[in-house]
Amino acid sequence: MSAVAGGGERLAVDRDGWITRAAIVAIAALLFLALVAPLWSILSQSFEDRSGAFAGLANYARFFATPALSYSILNSVLVAGVTTLIVIPLAFVYAYALTRTMVPGKALLTGVALVPILAPSMLPAIALVYLFGNQGMIRGLLLGESIYGPIGIVIGEAFYCFPHALLILVTALSLADARLYEAAAALGTGRRRVFLTITLPSAKYGLVSASFVVFTLVVTDFGIPVVIGGRFNVLATDVYKQVMGQQNFQMGAVVAMLLIVPALASFVVDRLVQRRQVALLGARSVPLEPRAKPALDLAMLAFCAAVGTVILGILATAVFASLVKLWPYNLSLTLANYVFEDFDSDGWRSYWNSLRMAAYTAVCGTAVVFAGAYLVEKGKGFAAGRQVLHLIAMVPLAVPGLVLGLAYVFFFNAPGNPLGFLYGTMALLVVCTVAHFYTVAHLTATTALKQLDPEFETVSASLKVPFYRTFWRVTVPVCLPAIVNIAIYLFVNAMTTVSAIIFIYTAQTKLASVAIVNMNDSGAIAAAAAMAVLVTATSATVKLAEALLSRLLLWRTQAWRRR
Amino acid sequence: MKALSASRPPYLTISGLEKRFGGFTALTGIDLVIGEGEFVCFLGPSGCGKTTLLRAIAGLEPQTRGSIVQGGRDISRLPPSQRDYGIVFQSYALFPNLTAAENIAYGLVNRRMSRSAIDARVAELMTLIGMLGSGPKYPSQLSGGQQQRVALARALATSPGLLLLDEPLSALDARVRLRLRGEIKELQRRLGVTTIMVTHDQEEAISVADRIVVMDHGRIEQVGTPDEIYRQPASLFVAGFVGTMNFLPGRSIGPAGVRLGGVDLVVRRTTVAAGADCTVCARPEDFIVRNIGPETPNTFAATIGDTEFLGPVVRARLEAPALGDTPILADFSLNAVTDLDLLSGRAIRMALPEDRIRVFAGRSS
Ligand SMILES: Nc1ncnc2c1ncn2[C@@H]1O[C@H](COP(=O)(O)OP(=O)(O)OP(=O)(O)O)[C@@H](O)[C@H]1O
Ligand SMILES: [Mg+2]
Repeated sequence: MSAVAGGGERLAVDRDGWITRAAIVAIAALLFLALVAPLWSILSQSFEDRSGAFAGLANYARFFATPALSYSILNSVLVAGVTTLIVIPLAFVYAYALTRTMVPGKALLTGVALVPILAPSMLPAIALVYLFGNQGMIRGLLLGESIYGPIGIVIGEAFYCFPHALLILVTALSLADARLYEAAAALGTGRRRVFLTITLPSAKYGLVSASFVVFTLVVTDFGIPVVIGGRFNVLATDVYKQVMGQQNFQMGAVVAMLLIVPALASFVVDRLVQRRQVALLGARSVPLEPRAKPALDLAMLAFCAAVGTVILGILATAVFASLVKLWPYNLSLTLANYVFEDFDSDGWRSYWNSLRMAAYTAVCGTAVVFAGAYLVEKGKGFAAGRQVLHLIAMVPLAVPGLVLGLAYVFFFNAPGNPLGFLYGTMALLVVCTVAHFYTVAHLTATTALKQLDPEFETVSASLKVPFYRTFWRVTVPVCLPAIVNIAIYLFVNAMTTVSAIIFIYTAQTKLASVAIVNMNDSGAIAAAAAMAVLVTATSATVKLAEALLSRLLLWRTQAWRRR
Repeated sequence: MKALSASRPPYLTISGLEKRFGGFTALTGIDLVIGEGEFVCFLGPSGCGKTTLLRAIAGLEPQTRGSIVQGGRDISRLPPSQRDYGIVFQSYALFPNLTAAENIAYGLVNRRMSRSAIDARVAELMTLIGMLGSGPKYPSQLSGGQQQRVALARALATSPGLLLLDEPLSALDARVRLRLRGEIKELQRRLGVTTIMVTHDQEEAISVADRIVVMDHGRIEQVGTPDEIYRQPASLFVAGFVGTMNFLPGRSIGPAGVRLGGVDLVVRRTTVAAGADCTVCARPEDFIVRNIGPETPNTFAATIGDTEFLGPVVRARLEAPALGDTPILADFSLNAVTDLDLLSGRAIRMALPEDRIRVFAGRSS
């Protein structure tokens, strides 16, 4: 009999173990370079003077001493606060209608409400200019107020944030426990009290989370204020002006740091809420089945139809404006605005660039994200490495795109950085976009992986089959629906995003969203609308194709799901 | 306690094994020798560490201390891929996107076997589990019992030296379970593969195991054949965990006697010091009611209370004031019931043969 082995629970590392380790280190290193290092350089830049020497809080002091700049904080908080107050109740009622009533046409209502996700954020702003701007068709409704400024920003942001709030609230309201409602009914509790004592409290975490998300989205959004902000300065446009306009990198870094604050707060709140919400729904809860209440259902239908009409109206305005000769004087139809060469030297190239960038992002991003999530979730041993990888993967959720883009300027454009050759390349745009949207994709993959039997890996190890073989033959095929989902998510976001890449594109790699901003700046607003519509149509097409394809895919490759 | 059936050479030797999860000790002082070709069951209440021990043997939950030697090779620190076993989990962990045949072939494809050799082996295994013809079905199209068989075939496909089963039958309904445990036993005997099965069902353990390892609170309480475990439980815990048992509080009166209430019983041997509290254990089927004469030892009077018809036997609840206040459960054969008219309310004389009595120090809780 051999000697009794000493303490410690480490096993010898086999070939699989070494490959796992190497892969984890590789992906963590990639994320480190694409995320942590740039963020570090922007953080340190905010504490340096122009010569690069440490300056303590001097930049921050100068920021708060400059009234024009510190006013931006107030402005940002103002529009974000007002937007939140408008969007949350609207989204709550809409979500309530979708989850707790029997309104007809739920699928259609959901689809309409999610349309804004497919559009670049400049689109609602451009549409608002057409409706309420100097040549606006219904500018009379503003009673003499100007759409350029807080009013325009708030309306545009409401359009842009609505689906994000809706998704969170639908999730929160779906987690209802029917037993509570049955108990209340048995006690003869009035409808109002049921709402106040059961419905609202059970959705409170969702409400808190949605509020933070909307607030953050508004503060960090660049597309809407840049189009319709006029002389009303907000933090997001300040970063851009400081850096691109005045080449004041230090001040840009300071503003970027301020932008991180709400994002970080909503990140923390979201994590806390996630934990609570899971606890809220016990394993024995009974899902609530809404019952028909004709009067309520009709009222809800009217409400949802009204909201949906506004959303579609804004979209339709942009589409229509992009198709007419000269708004509002000559409304005859033309495709002239789509001949982008007439308005912008890059013409259609920006669009093709965007398409390429989105495709690369979807393919490379999905591969990296899914492999990373797999290693975190299913890797054996090397717990520290997996933990670190998971932590880094969560970082992007707390980093606004503007900050990430600026961080890339600081890091990759720094003299002496051996990675400097990447600056201005398509590759860097792809890396930046993958990093920007990493977290949601990572969480989607993690959720899908968690649903697999945890013993697949064990079984294949006991059969002496290397883990990567099981990954290919089992894990990937079984998770295919989630993988497609991730790819589409990355594609759509890569098409519409502007905030991060506005800092790092070059003449060769200009993207459609940048072209929208540029053409709008130069007064070619109809062409900007046309490009925005084109981007939206592309996202919508991909999304629709996904719906059709995944049905087909499910049928062809997922035969094993059928009984 | 480290009973090794003398007939078999040792195949798996576990010594001084301990497993801690942070501050919690899940296993401690585990010493166990399993013979080649043996079918061993780990039996114990929920949370006693059965699964943890199985997973330590598989290299999935490495032990904190102690060694494991399999077939002469020290595997204590080897990763799962370098150990030699097949494993079946409670969930079966069948690959859902592969057919039954592909699942079974999963470990073979990797071994530089020719396509036809693989096909032959798969067919052989499908025959073995009685499912020839179900090869092209996906797991979701199979019944629970069939899935279980496929998982078993997959684990056996590569002819491992050790088969590990973690509650393989617990997800099935009672009837399928009964049939499958017979099949597993049959298969194991035919292949001669050393097998460890985790279960918390004592009946299952008794019916299939060559030897049972009874565990409680991370320790081994007893290792023995089903017969030994049933008839000679080594501790109060084992006595209570396996089968039905009467626990009668008493006091030791020497190496061969205990006093229960007002009666002195003769017992085979007890190590409990005279005068100390002890518990007398006897199974319901051990009481006798026929042929009791004046010279029969350990007789006492009792009154029949409620009776319960169990099919082959009637289980009666008896009041025996002479033995103390604890009611006694005793089984009577249907013949005895008819012949002796053992009905509720009857007063009878009965006896407890001395070789059926087990005495343990202390009181059962
Ligand atoms: N990963 C772990 N971390 C902490 N404690 C654990 C872990 N795994 C098991 N335990 C604890 O170790 C003890 C033994 O667990 P184990 O799963 O081996 O029990 P078991 O005998 O298989 O029970 P069951 O019959 O319920 O399956 C339990 O108290 C359990 O809570
Ligand atoms: Mg267990």
